[in-house]
Amino acid sequence: MNLTLKVWRQKNASDKGAFVTYNAKNVSEDMSFLEMLDVLNEELVEKGDQPIAFDHDCREGICGMCSMYINGRAHGPQNGTTTCQLHMRKFKDGETITIEPWRAAAFPVIKDLVVDRSSFDRIIAAGGFISVNTGNAQDANSLPIAKKDADDAFAAAACIGCGACVASCKNSSAMLFVSAKVSQLALLPQGRPEAATRVLNMVKQMDEEGFGNCTNTGSCEAECPKEISLENIARMNREFLFASLAGA
Amino acid sequence: MSKLDSKIPAGPIETKWTKYKSTVPLVNPANKRSLEIIVVGSGLAGASAAASLAELGYKVKCFCFQDSPRRAHSIAAQGGINAAKNYQNDGDSTYRLFYDTVKGGDYRAREGNVYRLAEVSANIIDQCVAQGVPFAREYGGLLSNRSFGGTQVQRTFYAAGQTGQQLLLGAYSGLERQIGLGTVTMYNRHEMLDVVKIEDKARGIIARDLVTGKLERHFGHAVLLCTGGYGNVFFLSTNAMGSNVTAAWKAHRQGAYFGNPCFTQIHPTCIPVSGDHQSKLTLMSESLRNDGRIWVPKKKDDTRKAVDIPEEERDYYLERRYPAFGNLVPRDVASRAAKERCDEGYGVGTSKMAVYLDFAAAMERYGKTEVTKRGLHNVSKEEIIKLGKEVVAEKYGNLFEMYDKITGENPYEMPMRIYPAVHYTMGGLWVNYELMTTVTGLYALGEANFSDHGANRLGASALMQGLADGYFVIPYTIGNYLSTDIRTKAIPTDHEAFVKAEKNVQDTLDKMMNIKGTKTVDYFHKKLGKIMWDKCGMARNEKGLTEAIAEIQALRAEFWKDVRIPGTQNEMNLELEKAGRVADFLELGELMCRDALNRKESCGGHFREESQTEDGEAQRDDDNFSYVAAWDYNGGNYELNKEKLEFEIVHPSQRSYK
Ligand SMILES: Cc1cc2nc3c(=O)[nH]c(=O)nc-3n(C[C@H](O)[C@H](O)[C@H](O)COP(=O)(O)OP(=O)(O)OC[C@H]3O[C@@H](n4cnc5c(N)ncnc54)[C@H](O)[C@@H]3O)c2cc1C
Ligand code: SF4
Ligand code: FES
Repeated sequence: MNLTLKVWRQKNASDKGAFVTYNAKNVSEDMSFLEMLDVLNEELVEKGDQPIAFDHDCREGICGMCSMYINGRAHGPQNGTTTCQLHMRKFKDGETITIEPWRAAAFPVIKDLVVDRSSFDRIIAAGGFISVNTGNAQDANSLPIAKKDADDAFAAAACIGCGACVASCKNSSAMLFVSAKVSQLALLPQGRPEAATRVLNMVKQMDEEGFGNCTNTGSCEAECPKEISLENIARMNREFLFASLAGA
Repeated sequence: MSKLDSKIPAGPIETKWTKYKSTVPLVNPANKRSLEIIVVGSGLAGASAAASLAELGYKVKCFCFQDSPRRAHSIAAQGGINAAKNYQNDGDSTYRLFYDTVKGGDYRAREGNVYRLAEVSANIIDQCVAQGVPFAREYGGLLSNRSFGGTQVQRTFYAAGQTGQQLLLGAYSGLERQIGLGTVTMYNRHEMLDVVKIEDKARGIIARDLVTGKLERHFGHAVLLCTGGYGNVFFLSTNAMGSNVTAAWKAHRQGAYFGNPCFTQIHPTCIPVSGDHQSKLTLMSESLRNDGRIWVPKKKDDTRKAVDIPEEERDYYLERRYPAFGNLVPRDVASRAAKERCDEGYGVGTSKMAVYLDFAAAMERYGKTEVTKRGLHNVSKEEIIKLGKEVVAEKYGNLFEMYDKITGENPYEMPMRIYPAVHYTMGGLWVNYELMTTVTGLYALGEANFSDHGANRLGASALMQGLADGYFVIPYTIGNYLSTDIRTKAIPTDHEAFVKAEKNVQDTLDKMMNIKGTKTVDYFHKKLGKIMWDKCGMARNEKGLTEAIAEIQALRAEFWKDVRIPGTQNEMNLELEKAGRVADFLELGELMCRDALNRKESCGGHFREESQTEDGEAQRDDDNFSYVAAWDYNGGNYELNKEKLEFEIVHPSQRSYK
């Protein structure tokens, strides 16, 4: 199939940036979206142009590095799918595809489609852990955990830190990302002792990074490639309220 | 003393590590605060090492080329992590894990190292659970296990098909905690481009800031390379796109010997290549072989759909050839068997280079168990299959989904098509028992070293090794070196060695940018990959390897004359990053072929066609090749050094899984 691509090009953080139109010809259905761009980039390099910069690594939907806003949706049209796992059979011959970077104040653009998401790391550094030094642990089976709790913790822990939730939220809120980590650790007995300080510290850092407030529009859940549930936000709100009241 | 002193402690195997730990010199806490350690890499090995060393009080700098340490390639590991916990009471023990690993590695690993690995394996699981890693659990609330290839016990811990993700996020959270405390400084989007040596000791690195393009100098009393494997030398592999050999290769050029470079693991169950545009291959976890049955039609060129081929016309060739282990034979054996069937014309799919991995029998079996469990009566076959599907979905759901997204086919309805692909490299920087390379003060951990897997790695053992190295080995062994170094003050980076190293890196970058040729970096990478796959892949022979060496040399010369890198150095330049990595692969590829040529025996993943048994199994030659091949770069003349392997406990025999 043949496609028209409107791609955001921006030389660096201080450049204004603009859309540039490209034609992608003879695209095979079996290609992934990124492979389609690889082929275009090869052509650009052969012509002596700069290829389109984008973040990617695993191409298996797990590292969270790929991050494209495709036709107005974070990670494109297929639900529960990262950009790298999106395949061209989801598009039609002749279609025009618009590709943009994540847009959020807390994710400044570095170049083209590449943004800086280090704010997420700083939120984790503020409290997204259990304080256990290497060698401190007791036997792994000494503390049974109900399967349901373990499964729920796992479902929250499946977040890949891609930032699609932020990109698709009109307020650029990071609540889904933060609540996924808060929930995972709050659901496990090992995480309980620090639950109150954790949620307070992570939320504080989130606010300092310039993420917006949550107004319950739910677009984060709808666009999350790992289908992280809004229930996590509710759980975090409870944890937060409880921690604030307890004056932790 | 020879450079290749493995430093295995004396004494009975069960006490070596305990004795080492209790006698190794310690560094007192006040001194630790003035000792700086550079950790390159934030995968399982790097993140666990950086966090643990910082907890001990050292000052740590950690580097990764991705935008966050959480994205290291370890995140993609699927199936699980081994540990000798014997929670299933099925006869597992430290000894058995040790034995399986030495045997699985086809007797080309060091006993002392492997025993230590098995010994600390149990602590890893404890540590991870304490960090909040949500491993799969049974209804009773205890941890669940599954089987992996090459073993007959259930010792693999897992978190659905996302074990690497959960383990890495655990290690990453420990690392972020230290970053928050200020004990680790993290450098994201930085690529190490050389090791700096002062008086023959590793004292720092040169790194490029991938956002600004600026070169930086960093000092460390010791340098740890935790930079992963080099499977991408084949272009197509299951590794992440950025995985590369650059850090290890630069260290090699600075005098670190490269161990067993030709030992590559080709994983039997990956999604087959679909066309020329293919940028990487996707693994379908080995755990699927717990329940999936592998087969091809008994008739050549059978074009019927899989479901239309009756049971008696299917060849379950692994079950036929290896009744004792069946579908759970080790990876090297399963891969070669698939290649053999396809080469003979029994392959399936449009390319005919694929075999089936079929879950129909498992769905029926699980369905029946559910019927009994739930006390149901008069259940139709469809109903049973439906119940079975639910069980299969719970175990492997994300893998099935991934397969569907990539191929557009639903594996619940028809068998998966799979074919072997490059997956892991057992070879790597040579290290001694303390994980130190042949350069003093330079260490290698995780997949970047050659140490524990011999000629073939068993499934679920790489995660174990990476975390063993980082959490439990290096925190002790590094003390033996740093305790002698407490008087060394931090060396200012205007020292001439840093200046010179930076200039070398700069010159290479200039040279590359100035070629302004006509061909893209990927053009060269793909060509190299094809040479490696055809001639240094699943089967190797003298003629092919000799040709490959000449072809790689010619390709390398062409690269340095004709590669085109657009843009400039002083900005984010992804083509320049790729070019640097491919330049190193073009040297490594040659060394791999030389090593493969030298090793005239077959062992593990290294199959020399000249050395096979009558029924086509790998034939080892212990008299002549029971050694680690440790290559000295020596200005590009590659000199072979041999570390003889001593087996005191496990006696090498022809590996049999029949
Ligand atoms: C798809 C897949 C599935 C797997 N499944 C399993 C499994 O189920 N069980 C199992 O045991 N093993 C599995 N493995 C193998 C296992 O995942 C790896 O061997 C292991 O994770 C490697 O960890 P590592 O820490 O050594 O390196 P990596 O995780 O590869 O980390 C390398 C780090 O080094 C950094 N780096 C590299 N070069 C540079 C440089 N020049 N400068 C700066 N930083 C650099 C990177 O940024 C990264 O942080 C799997 C592998 C693959 C490909
Ligand atoms: S919650 Fe979902 S969208 Fe947000 S970072 Fe995690 S995986 Fe991405
Ligand atoms: S590239 Fe890793 S999730 Fe897309």
